[in-house]
Amino acid sequence: MTDLATDVLVVGGGPAATWAALAAARAGARVVLADKGYCGTSGATAAGGTGVWYVPPDPAAREAAMASREGLGGYLADRRWMARVLDETYARMNELAVGSGRYPFPAGPDGTPLRGGLQGPEYMRRMRIRIRRAGVRILDHSPVTELLTDADGAVAGAAGHRRQAHEDYRVRAGAVVLATGGCAFLSGALGTNTNTGDGALFAAEAGAELSGMEFSNAYGIAPEGTSVTKTAFYSFATFYQEDGSVLEGAASQGGRAVIARTLLDGGKVYARLDRAGEAARAAMRLAQPNFFLTFDRLGIDPFTDRFSVTLLAEGTVRGTGGIRIAGDDCATGVPGLYAAGDAATREEICGGFTGGGSHNAAWAISSGSWAGAGAAAHSRSLGPGRAASRPVTGAGGAGLRPTGRPAAAGDHRAAVELVQREVLPYDKNYLRRGDRLAASLRALDAGWTELRSGLHGEGTDLVRARQAAAMTAHARWMYAAALARPETRGMAKRLDHPDQDPRLHHRILVGGLDRVWTRPAPKAGVTA
Amino acid sequence: MDPAGPEGRGDGVIELVSAQRCIACDKCVEVCPTDVFERGPEGIPVLARQEDCQTCFLCEANCPVDALFVAPLTRPLPDEEAVHDVAGLVRRGLLGSYRRDIGWGEGRTPGALRAIGPPLGPTAPPITS
Repeated sequence: MTDLATDVLVVGGGPAATWAALAAARAGARVVLADKGYCGTSGATAAGGTGVWYVPPDPAAREAAMASREGLGGYLADRRWMARVLDETYARMNELAVGSGRYPFPAGPDGTPLRGGLQGPEYMRRMRIRIRRAGVRILDHSPVTELLTDADGAVAGAAGHRRQAHEDYRVRAGAVVLATGGCAFLSGALGTNTNTGDGALFAAEAGAELSGMEFSNAYGIAPEGTSVTKTAFYSFATFYQEDGSVLEGAASQGGRAVIARTLLDGGKVYARLDRAGEAARAAMRLAQPNFFLTFDRLGIDPFTDRFSVTLLAEGTVRGTGGIRIAGDDCATGVPGLYAAGDAATREEICGGFTGGGSHNAAWAISSGSWAGAGAAAHSRSLGPGRAASRPVTGAGGAGLRPTGRPAAAGDHRAAVELVQREVLPYDKNYLRRGDRLAASLRALDAGWTELRSGLHGEGTDLVRARQAAAMTAHARWMYAAALARPETRGMAKRLDHPDQDPRLHHRILVGGLDRVWTRPAPKAGVTA
Repeated sequence: MDPAGPEGRGDGVIELVSAQRCIACDKCVEVCPTDVFERGPEGIPVLARQEDCQTCFLCEANCPVDALFVAPLTRPLPDEEAVHDVAGLVRRGLLGSYRRDIGWGEGRTPGALRAIGPPLGPTAPPITS
């Protein structure tokens, strides 16, 4: 077994994880980064491309940037956080252009660099190089399976399995940053199958709370049978029915429910990007080459041919819910534990509406940088040698330490099928109604009880068991929070409560494992 | 496990590993985020866990000799499909197309330098993807 000691352990391998590792290393900490997959290709960003909420420090532009989303987000965002994320993102993106970053940003006609977007493969390849140069030790293909805590309950490291080395490992650390991404329930949405909500489970087991989990019903548009969920370009689309007539009311923005209903009724929905002119067509190909991979390979011209589309669940990858943030350094309230990126709630800057790539990217950069620095400071405060010397115990439960008779190996498959059955269908999670949410929550609670009792595994089976437990917990928090918000606010729409209710103008905290609870968050920090 | 034949393929979503092109560098084994590959006989990777493939195309982008082809559909394809025809893929400009488009490889310009997307329209709602 690999047994390491370090100052800061970062769990995850996407943008938030790499920015956290970089910030911690710069603060003088020894840093280990452990990723389930490969740092550089893991996660939703590497597989795609993303806009970035990059706004020059011009007061009018900043004001417009902050104001543009407040209503959409149901007035649950926080202006102070928006301002500091805009500052931090601007500084870090400029830094990415120079020195060890050297990201090849394009330039406008007058030579001005354009820093409002990133191509995923290039961005994450360079972030890997940057953290290696900063001295970060990277453990690829090393999924964490549980956090370790000390006698006082402070987080003191993590244990996991190195799946290509076929051995377990342990890292004792002064502090841990969870940057494991959101949860898309293995839906196949682009690059998200590494995002199974593991960090939220680990955090809850250590005593952290979650927030905004009702904002978890994002679905992206993809050509039917493919993975490429690049919804933005569908703003150029007209949607059609099987007979070639226009599907009235269908749109990428504000009309996805029409698409969902048609698909639910057994119909097919076709798209054609016939609203894109010549210049836009060429620009799209340069901006997002992966958008065209599927079309080129299927022999489809998306600008002139109609092609069938589907909606893939993006859960809390695109939704805003996640681990509650309890301080400016992205502390979680549990000593030694920090959260960043999609694993953390993004309500601070988005409220209850999916921020889309640009806000997600800005949040990953900013929260990652703050969490890394915060974790380094916490580790330093423990004093030298403490991380390696304190006794630790594993905090993991479901899928790891069954409370009843251990079930047969491979039982994680049934657990995953159960949670997918309750989360992926459009009539359960997308077009939400109280009665269906309640029924799904009962099924998920029963599923949890069963897996808590028997689910277990060794090696990669343990990793899969823990993923199944994490997805089940995630879905229960989502639906409990959705039931605690009988109104329509942000993306958390309820068909049975179509209006906004001023009495529910607060964030909703959720947590618990064997028993899930919700409560309104204190009003502080929420803009009126 | 289904080893790739001479111009072989697994049953997978990544539909083709060209053993003629493969230089056994292990890069795909290393970079696949969902750990689909394993080193096979003579170092040629095999699709050991094809059901875990998420069709992210990143193995293909990282293959230095364009020996991999990721099929666009997330379900395995019938045997007769054109994606198993290396010469046909080359002729259609598809083998190695992602790597070419993002400008990875010797003498190429990074695609990021030219990545300027279209405005989504003066009246378009905020971009959310």
